[in-house]
Parts: sequence; structure tokens; C-alpha cells
Amino acid sequence: MSKYRMHLMVCGGTGCRASASDQLAENLKKELTKYSLEEEVQVIMTGCFGFCEKGPIVKVSPDNTFYTEVKSTDAEDIISEHVVKGRKVNRLLYMDPEKQMHVSNSTDMGFYKKQIRIALRNCGFINPEDIDEYIARDGYMALGKALSELSPQETIDQIKESGLRGRGGGGFPTGLKWEISRKSESDEKYVVCNADEGDPGAFMDRSILEGDPHSVLEAMAICGYCIGAKKGLIYIRAEYPLAIERLKTAIKQAEEYGLLGENVMGMGFSFTIELKYGAGAFVCGEETALIHSMEGLRGEPTVKPPFPSESGYLGKPTNVNNVETFANIPVILLKGPEWFSSIGTEKSKGTKVFALAGKINNVGLIEVPMGTTLREVIFEIGGGIKDGKKFKAVQTGGPSGGCLTEKHLDTPIDYDNLIASGSMMGSGGMIVMDEDDCMVSIAKYYLDFTVEESCGKCSPCRIGNKRLYELLEKITEGKGVPEDLDKLSNLSYVIKDTSLCGLGQTSPNPVLSTMQNFHHEYESHVKDHKCTAGQCKSLMQYTIDTVACVGCTACARACPVGAITGERKQPHFVDQSLCIKCGACQDRCKFSAVFVN
Amino acid sequence: MSKIKSLDDLRKMKADLKSKISLREKGDNVEQKVQVKVAMATCGIASGAKQTMEFFMDQLEKRNIDGVTTQTGCMGYCYAEPTVEVRLPGNDPVVFGNVTTQKADEIIERYIKNGELVDGIIPVNYETIDDNE
Repeated sequence: MSKYRMHLMVCGGTGCRASASDQLAENLKKELTKYSLEEEVQVIMTGCFGFCEKGPIVKVSPDNTFYTEVKSTDAEDIISEHVVKGRKVNRLLYMDPEKQMHVSNSTDMGFYKKQIRIALRNCGFINPEDIDEYIARDGYMALGKALSELSPQETIDQIKESGLRGRGGGGFPTGLKWEISRKSESDEKYVVCNADEGDPGAFMDRSILEGDPHSVLEAMAICGYCIGAKKGLIYIRAEYPLAIERLKTAIKQAEEYGLLGENVMGMGFSFTIELKYGAGAFVCGEETALIHSMEGLRGEPTVKPPFPSESGYLGKPTNVNNVETFANIPVILLKGPEWFSSIGTEKSKGTKVFALAGKINNVGLIEVPMGTTLREVIFEIGGGIKDGKKFKAVQTGGPSGGCLTEKHLDTPIDYDNLIASGSMMGSGGMIVMDEDDCMVSIAKYYLDFTVEESCGKCSPCRIGNKRLYELLEKITEGKGVPEDLDKLSNLSYVIKDTSLCGLGQTSPNPVLSTMQNFHHEYESHVKDHKCTAGQCKSLMQYTIDTVACVGCTACARACPVGAITGERKQPHFVDQSLCIKCGACQDRCKFSAVFVN
Repeated sequence: MSKIKSLDDLRKMKADLKSKISLREKGDNVEQKVQVKVAMATCGIASGAKQTMEFFMDQLEKRNIDGVTTQTGCMGYCYAEPTVEVRLPGNDPVVFGNVTTQKADEIIERYIKNGELVDGIIPVNYETIDDNE
């Protein structure tokens, strides 16, 4: 039906545009008109191919030719050779670095696709409110397989063999957790899904629940079968209304089909799932606090042991897993533990979903095999830093994590490497920062978050974090002294060592990791009272260039606090003691006479 | 809805559903229809996916196009919301980014009616678990 017999797809991602891909598209169109082919062949600009390193990219369909590093001057060859004569332009084909061969068909180069979607397999494919679509894609087949072919222990063994580790941040082996819960003797047990996603900038779990709620329900039922529980609870924050709505619909549909409830699929196993709402407290992502919150108590953590697998919800053995962990389970059972463990690194198997945010071109939700490097994530899939700025750091692991810098870019991402680099996997938020970000302010931002979210039960976290925040505030206001840096690190270690739960034990991480990686920035704040990134307002100084100033009085009239004085047609001056650093003078000056130190 | 009483029931149902590529209207000739999927996660909706979806539903009917519009979850392209996947009969699905109602109009007129691609396609840059077999 198409009137075009061929399409030339030119990458219009930010990276490729920066290397003149729009000019390339123009040239291709011009060349087509030369041969009067504009009615037969269409040139199309696309989004990012995720292969920016080799950009600009041109993909030809229907023959799937994949040209890389195409310059705008190559348009002539592509049209005269490939389009007109049907001969591929060899020199522009992607060169397989291992085989030293040109790859002419892009279906043979799946390796350029850095992402594999396992946990996100149905997100964006199925209608989350229609159970039939889930069933059509092997939904509830894993539950059926477990119930009919595998004993609970055999099912657990498969999960153990797969090497799956908790995706909520801790990285505890999931199969082992299930086994401990299974071995705890009790008349009643519970399966809990932790959907209390609280890291700033993280939205992996929400996307899974909104896009594929049944995969989580199915996995919870499998877990129930394995550990001997009849009841599942999903602890979800009330600020995720759409996810809640879709979960409710999904539970109802599964019950109507007999895939949840009494006697599932006629196989004698019963399992029901109920939703429990949280008010969005960060500490409730910690499993003991989460359980207390579900019981109707204050969301405060308690000391472990006893672990929830022994004594959890209502004092009964409770298995708590994160949303993404559950989403992996059905696939592991269907495709086998060997398949799963063939993906990833030695100690971290499978994939990880990340929410890419911050100063990055392709903000989005991605899923990469463990062992992918930060460079691949940020510069290939993420399309690089916005506005061509310089990469400075990436924050992983949320308020419990740390900042990684340029020297970590080629480190393969897995649980252990991230910890060794001074950060952590966390739930999967990844916030990218550029040269304009002040690392002291970043640390302060995260501390502000922890101070707000601390439950107040133990003093190191309640008081210590507050004092830590005040120290950072003092430094960003330009009142810091060099001794403050020692205080910062000493206090950080005390908080880490003495806090009751994971929140306090990790809350100083953003401070420690920024101090370690960007010590010079802290030093310039406390010694020279300068913020190199130009973020800390108190450390900025607006001054007027007496040569450039013509004395038009525009700045003096714009200044809201009357800090600028000067006669008409005479150079003006800023009184630093009055200046509030609002920048109005700089905006108003037509002669670029106002500058910032 | 009938209850699934055994694993065989589930298998049968799956085979049945798969052959129908079950969409909301489980008509017999769904493969002959134009299928439009709109990414409707919170983020998509916040960027206007609801309006886009309503526009497709409304306009496919008004312009006499035999098609179905359904919702789906997050496709992962936050930088290009709202995102829409269009599958023309006999073709691979194509994902378009930044689909405002204006863009939706262009997609209907040019791609759905004439098979011409329009700017703003998002290439598939990931593998699915089925590729991995």
C-alpha cells in the first residue's frame, strides 16, 4: 500500500544531530531529486538508535542496511550506489570489531542493542488492564508449571540456580530468602511485595506495576506456593494511584479466571492478594518498618534479627521482595535458570532496570544486562549529556548511594562493583550531573531528603543527619572553615556506625562519596569561599565592570534591595553587604557590564 | 468469563488468545485492522497521552479506518512522551515519539492511510526475551 519502495531512516537523536545528521538528511533528499526518486524513496528522521558512538546512523529499510558514521557528504554515494544501483556502500557499513568484517544486515548486529527487556518484557506491549493479553504472552504459565511439575523446593532450587538477587537495593539472593522463609515453621506465612519506591528520581517499580501488574501477581503466587503462604500483600504508596487502580483490576481479573483465590487452576493451591497503602514515607521501604506500617503501627524499623523470614507481619514468617525481583520470576521458571544466569556478570545475574534522569538527552526507563558499563548507559543508550556539556558525575542508589565519576565510567555495573566504587545499586535510580552541578549542593539536597524522611527513632539518624545538613548549609553559604571537612567526615562515620536501620546507616553516603571524589570542590568552598560550578548563591559576587558600564542606571532601578549606587553616566557599584544575588542587574544590563565571580 | 480449571485450560486459552492477537475488540479479523497502542503510564498521561488516545479513537472512526486503539504501559521513552505504537496489517510495528494530537493527525493521514513514514520514529534499541531463544 505504501507508495514508497524504500525508506532511508536518518538518526535525529541529539548526538547524531550534533554531527550534522539533519544536513545529511537534506543532502539525501537533494540527491534523490537528482534521480527523480523522491516519489519512490522517502527520507525520515528518527529518534535515537542508542548507538551514538558510531553516529550519525542511517538505516535503510526494507533491506536492513545499517550505515554508521555517515557524513553529510556521503549522501551522494548512498543514493547513487545503494538506491540507484542496489550496491551497498561497503565503507559505511558497520565494522564488527571482533570479526573485522562489515556487517551488512542489521538483524545480524543485535549486539549494538545494549538493552534486554526481561522485567520490562510486557511493559509497553500489552494492555495492562486486560488479563487476556498477559495470558497470550505466556502469562500464568510459570505458576501452572510450578504447581503441576515442580515441588516447592524444586522451584526454589531453580530460583537459586538462576542467581537472581534482590532488586530493591540490598542484592540478597532471592532463592535463599525463599528457602529461609520456607523452612520457618508456622501455621501462617505471608508474601509481601515491596512497592514502596521512594528514591528521588526512581520510577522502575511504578512502571512495571502500571505496565505489567500480572507478572508481579503471578510471581507472588509462585512465592506463596514455595514458602507455604496463602496470602500475599502488596505494600504500595498511595501516591501511585494509577498503579493501584491497575493492580486492583488485575487482581479482580485473575480471581475471576481462577488464577488467584481458592484452588488455583484446580490444583489445590489457594492464594489471595490484598493491597496495603503506605503514606509515602521513605523509611517504610525498609522491610521491618514496612511490616510495622502494614500492621497499623508507626512506620519505624526494628533491629534485625529476627528477620522477617522468621518473624514478620503479625509475627509470622514473611517473605518480602521488591517489585522488579518478582517481575523476573516467571521468566526464570519458563526459560530456565541456565538461560537467566547466562546473562550478567559472575556474581550478578540477569538484567537491571534503571530510571535514567538528570542532565541526559534520552531520559527514560532502560533495562540492561548486569555488567554493562556506565559509559554505555549514559553515552549510548542515554544519548550523552544535555546541551553538549561535560559529564561530571552520576548518582546511583538514591539517598543511600553515592556519586560515581568519570573514572568509574568503564566499570561494569553490578552489585559488588558499585559498592567497591563507593556507591550502590539501590533500586535503580540514575541521576546524571554535568559541569554546572555543585557537588556540595547535591550532597546537601540528599541530606535534606534524609532529614525529612528520618523516622526519628534513633538519635544518630535524627540528630546526626540534621547536624550534617547544617554543616553543609554553612559551607554552601560561604561560612565554612577547613575544619568543617573533618567534622563532616567524622560525623558521617558515627552516623553510619551507630544508626538503627539502613536509612541512617547509608544516609551519609552522598556526603562521603562526594567528599572522596570531589574533595577539591569542598576545599574551594571552605578555603577560597568559591563555588566552581556557580551554584551556591552566597558564594557568588556580582560586580560591575567600570569600563563597560555607561551609567544608564538600568541595573540600579532593577535592584530590589537598592544595593547598586552610582551617578547617571558614571560607572555603578554593587554594595556586597546588601546584594541578595538575585541576578536582576545582570539580566537588565544591555552592555554586559555586570559579571559574576 | 469462565474459570480456568487446569493447566491445560490455560494452555488452550493461551493458544487461542495468541492466534487472535487479543486486542480489546476480539474480532475475528483483528490482524486486518490497524492497531494503535498508546503508552498510558502516569508519565505518559501527564504528557498528554489521554488526549492522544482519545484523538486516535475518535478520528479512526470518523475517517473510516478499520482500526483499534488500546492502551499499554510505559515504553521507556520518557524523553519522547506521549509515545504511540502503530501496526499496519502485515507490517512490523512502528513507534512514534512526541505524539501530540497534531502529530497524531499526521500519522493517520500519512502513515496509516498512505504507508508513508513520518519523522519522529523511535528505533527499537533493545532485545526482547523472544529474540534470545
